[in-house]
Amino acid sequence: MTGNEAVAFALKQIDPDVIAAYPITPQTDIVQYFSSFVADGAVKTEFVTVESEHSAMSATVGAAAAGARAMTATAANGLALMWEILYIAASNRLPIVMPVVNRALSGPINIHCDHSDTMGARDSGWIQLYSENAQEAYDNMFQALRIAEHPDVLLPVMVCLDGFIISHALENLVVNEDELVKNFIGAYKPQYPLLDVDNPVTVGPIDMYDFYFEHKRQQSEAMKNAQEVILAVAREYEQKTGRSYGLFEEYRMDDAEVAVLVMSSAAGTAKAAVDELREQGHKVGLVKLRVFRPFPHEKLAGALQHLKALAVMDRAESFSTMGGPLFNEVRSALYGAGGGPLVRDFIFGLGGRDIGVAEIVEIFKKTLETAAAGKVDEMVCYLGVRE
Amino acid sequence: MARLKDLIHKPEILSPGHRMCPGCGAPIAVRQVLMALDDPVVVCCATGCLEVSTTIYPYTAWRSPFIHNAFENAAATISGVEAAYLSLKKQGKVDKEIKFVAFGGDGGTYDIGLQSLSGAMERGHNMVYVCYDNGAYMNTGIQRSSATPRGADTTTSPAGKVIPGKPAARKDLTAIMAAHNIPYVAQASPSHWNDLVEKAKKAFAVEGPAFLNILAPCPRGWRYDAKDTIEMSRLAVDTCQWPLYEIEDGVLRITYQPKEKKPLTDYLKPQGRFKHLFAKGNEQLLEELQAEVDKRWEELKQRAACQEAK
Repeated sequence: MTGNEAVAFALKQIDPDVIAAYPITPQTDIVQYFSSFVADGAVKTEFVTVESEHSAMSATVGAAAAGARAMTATAANGLALMWEILYIAASNRLPIVMPVVNRALSGPINIHCDHSDTMGARDSGWIQLYSENAQEAYDNMFQALRIAEHPDVLLPVMVCLDGFIISHALENLVVNEDELVKNFIGAYKPQYPLLDVDNPVTVGPIDMYDFYFEHKRQQSEAMKNAQEVILAVAREYEQKTGRSYGLFEEYRMDDAEVAVLVMSSAAGTAKAAVDELREQGHKVGLVKLRVFRPFPHEKLAGALQHLKALAVMDRAESFSTMGGPLFNEVRSALYGAGGGPLVRDFIFGLGGRDIGVAEIVEIFKKTLETAAAGKVDEMVCYLGVRE
Repeated sequence: MARLKDLIHKPEILSPGHRMCPGCGAPIAVRQVLMALDDPVVVCCATGCLEVSTTIYPYTAWRSPFIHNAFENAAATISGVEAAYLSLKKQGKVDKEIKFVAFGGDGGTYDIGLQSLSGAMERGHNMVYVCYDNGAYMNTGIQRSSATPRGADTTTSPAGKVIPGKPAARKDLTAIMAAHNIPYVAQASPSHWNDLVEKAKKAFAVEGPAFLNILAPCPRGWRYDAKDTIEMSRLAVDTCQWPLYEIEDGVLRITYQPKEKKPLTDYLKPQGRFKHLFAKGNEQLLEELQAEVDKRWEELKQRAACQEAK
């Protein structure tokens, strides 16, 4: 299956009450596959074919508040058009799950992969899970639902997968039995549904300086709670499927002195680079971050503490002139944790610029030099770009 | 026909104690619409006066389930609620008959919410969308919208030394909604409460989407005495500035013919927003405004007559 097929198949197995979605490259397949499931009567979902992503998220919020298991999917500019309502979905504590097929945000317009879309939404109050391959995107979908609907969390979740690289590439993957999915996700019991007309509630009231802050504080607490819930859901998923997930994955990190930290599909390429350098006797490893929100700062700092130097790979630019968003979070997590590695940032792959093993080997070599020199000469580098 | 003695016994869904201005036309319109209901309803509001004044946390004036999402998406939001209802009803998880209504001001409907409204109407959700048209962005302080009448003085179309108020004519949203070929579209006024309640009843009764455009005078924005709200809406009808009509399954019917069509100036004169039009030098503009009303009224009558003849 392609990544998009895998996600659409997961949606079919979840069989949500409502999906409101709009097509956008490279997410379109998901909507198309799902339309066929609806047309063939394979799902019980009400499929709302909205006229924009803004309405996709708005209708999904309405459906979720009504008491339905409601979902949508998008990419890039579509996510940008939803922006306003992302925050509203999160503040209404609606457990919406949304696959986002990562694509560069315009302009200039571009349809290929980078993380500028979801990185821009990092402070919207959504949990963000990133997937290395189609298998992970598929597995993340079910776990996302359980995380979102957990009473200690009740926050929306984005399941991110790299546009074209994962969404359109064919992979072998192991799928779950329908029965397993049904038991794992369980029946949804909304807390205060609009459709309970005998117990009317007001959703989305105006919240002034006397309460707004408390509600935001509660969202922070829910995000904090999410970390343990993510791990508990992963443990249960592993028991049922044998496939293991965490906040991040460590690859050959035990005795590593230098490492790369990256998210999504580039992690697969980076693993090959680690193997190549290990063969040559270099003590290198990889950390693949799965959960960007909540940011697992303590556990991550613990895993990186023993390194001499670390290269963070950012598939998005923040234009702060001090590195990409991932770099800033990682470096902040390490600051004050005591000691820790020298950290560099490599911004790569914008607008779908290809990245191969050789380029990541180059990152390792530069970072090994940093470790040997004991200081960072160049904090932020742009990889594979004509300058 | 709705009877007043029956209507006054209906439980009020929008309860008293909300913080709308004295004399505001919007809650009057909302209450008249909701009086048409016999089934439970889920209400959605676009951001605006009605929403901010009825749901100040931790209070709510709504005795029915209520959702506010954002400014431009009331139609999309209620369409999602209705989709959830269809799904859960099909699955046997909800058994009641429930109605769905969205309220938006003219800013949230004619302007920023038009796309969302058009999409929801085209998709055919079983919902009623009500625009309470007070002819400007009143919640943010009286800025012009595409519903603002030509010549009106607003804070973004001020009557200045060179430009006498809003240069452009009103958008005919009721006609735009009728062009969606939905089962029911109507224009109503709180002055003609019986006509309004009947239209709301029809709107809730049809299978599929319905749209009501209701004039909701605003004492602050229009600059008249708060006690005259109903009089203002009556003058709008009697001057044919705001004709009362409906389009049911494509058939247009004028539901109220003024016995004597009053001159437009009867409507304009009591309102501060049109005061400058009566200053020397604006006689031509006043004539043009009257001609525009006459033209639209004649066109409407012709369309109604054509259909009667069929």
